[in-house]
Amino acid sequence: MVHKSLAILVIDENRIRASIIEAGLHDAGHEAVTVINDVSGIARRIAEIEPDVIVIDLENPNRDMLENMFQLSRAVKRPIAMFVDRSDQASIEAAVDAGVSAYVVDGLKKERVKPILDMAISRFNAFSRMARELEEARSELENRKLIERAKGILMKSRGLSEDAAYALLRKTAMNQNRKIAEIAQSLVTAAGLLGPGDGS
Amino acid sequence: MSEWEHRITAGFIPLLDSVLLVVAKEKGFAAVEGIDLTLVREISWANIRDRLAVGHFQVAHMLGPMPIACNLGLTPLAARTIVPMALGLGGNAVTVSNALWERMQAAGAKPDLEPRNVGAALKTVIATRGKGSLLRFAVVHAYSGHNYELRYWLAACGIDPERDIEIVIVPPPLMADALGTGSIDGYCVGEPWNTAAVLAGSGRIVTVKAAIWRSSPEKVLGVEERWAIASPEALSALLRALYYAAEWCAEAGNRDELSALMANPAYLAKSPEWTIPALSGHLQLGGGDMQKVEDFFVPRAKAATFPWKSHALWFYTQMVRWGQIEHTAMNAGLARDTYRPDLYRAALKPLGAALPAANAKVEGALKTATAVGSTDASLVLGPDGFFDGAIFDPDRIDAYIAGQKDRLNSA
Repeated sequence: MVHKSLAILVIDENRIRASIIEAGLHDAGHEAVTVINDVSGIARRIAEIEPDVIVIDLENPNRDMLENMFQLSRAVKRPIAMFVDRSDQASIEAAVDAGVSAYVVDGLKKERVKPILDMAISRFNAFSRMARELEEARSELENRKLIERAKGILMKSRGLSEDAAYALLRKTAMNQNRKIAEIAQSLVTAAGLLGPGDGS
Repeated sequence: MSEWEHRITAGFIPLLDSVLLVVAKEKGFAAVEGIDLTLVREISWANIRDRLAVGHFQVAHMLGPMPIACNLGLTPLAARTIVPMALGLGGNAVTVSNALWERMQAAGAKPDLEPRNVGAALKTVIATRGKGSLLRFAVVHAYSGHNYELRYWLAACGIDPERDIEIVIVPPPLMADALGTGSIDGYCVGEPWNTAAVLAGSGRIVTVKAAIWRSSPEKVLGVEERWAIASPEALSALLRALYYAAEWCAEAGNRDELSALMANPAYLAKSPEWTIPALSGHLQLGGGDMQKVEDFFVPRAKAATFPWKSHALWFYTQMVRWGQIEHTAMNAGLARDTYRPDLYRAALKPLGAALPAANAKVEGALKTATAVGSTDASLVLGPDGFFDGAIFDPDRIDAYIAGQKDRLNSA
């Protein structure tokens, strides 16, 4: 059975994530996909697009405004009502956990909508994972720089070798049950306060 | 270190009236009750509702009408939500752009926050504009005290909120900016987002919730019902913690510490300059004008945390009035049952808290502060008048709804 292609509107201020969702929808054979990064003038856009499904990220502060608009028949010709399926608690939980919400036109069959939501959930999760990994890589690099500076301070002030300086940091961290980077941070801060020296 | 007896996660929106939850945590009132209380700042009321529905939060700082809307099935997603406690009275104001204020002044408005005079001036301004370009006012949510009190005020001043102006939804932190850029002409919001426009020089506070309806309901503690049923001891412990937090907030001597707490980046993240006006009731209106407002925000006195069924029912009558729900006996019952003074009484009676004798009252009946019969402690209620002198009798909601229909039509 052939259906008319669903009109899907993706509202996401994060352009990278929005394009990841868009690509996913295209891959799944959805042609009528519109992405909006900025909600200004959205009532007019919705009237033009007449979306069957609206996907929006939970970080958007304008969800209350959008929901209100969906409920006003003046703004949208067809009522855009509920979350995909209120009885499908697992999908709802997965969506909120992933940070995405979806609204669908009343009367649309849930079999047609569920794959779209599932795709959005998995792409949102993939994006979060990517962002987290990037953040971890960034903080790892920061930590390494901190430890280098802390070693330098110890080498200079205590006349230690590089290995001995690192060993001292590690021992202190173990004794205090803290991370080496935290000890290094304290040392660098203290040296900065006590200066002169290599704290700056 | 002993294990926590209860773990509760509460969602909140960065507004001054989230203060009871913040104080319950930061001043240790929750910890004393054995609660490991986690507060999560959220960015929209829709997120608060959704995360309550999926169990991320057990309780949340909510707009008073929101749990009623959830239980009436008006929202896209909702858990059955109950209100065992309110989070204070009042706290909102109406702010307009400098340009609109100039025109209102020319039409006779004075910086006295007096709803009738200010409303009459606004009506004059609207009449001279014609219907071509409507003034646009913002509120924070369709199911909010702000939406209903703004509409109530306008309608009572002969301005039809459905035809004479446009009402849109804008998130609180964006209100002052929207006013500054001219995309809206005015708004009704909780503090500190009126003071925000005054400090930015982009707007004027023209009236306040406390003047439109004195001692009126605003935010509540929304509780996911299944959790409340499964965890009655945790809920009672939380109500006790919030009760003591409200007591602490009501002490004028704690005001500076309270402002400092709210300035924390995890909470309101705004300096005391933003919060002291609402806490002290000494409002800066803009242009150097100041006004002392009695009962601007009431965290504790006048049974400010008691979840009156008459408050729930008044919100319901406004939902009916503005076409959000059809009035039926069943819907009215759902609204009434959403607020749960029985749970409030059960949790707080052992503390010797001042409890009202009744679960509902005739709103607008008290013209002065009045000592009322209460258990174990003396309690003063009111004044609780509407600015237009109307009375809301929760036993006669059919007549009230019918009467409001007539008033709008005659406007």
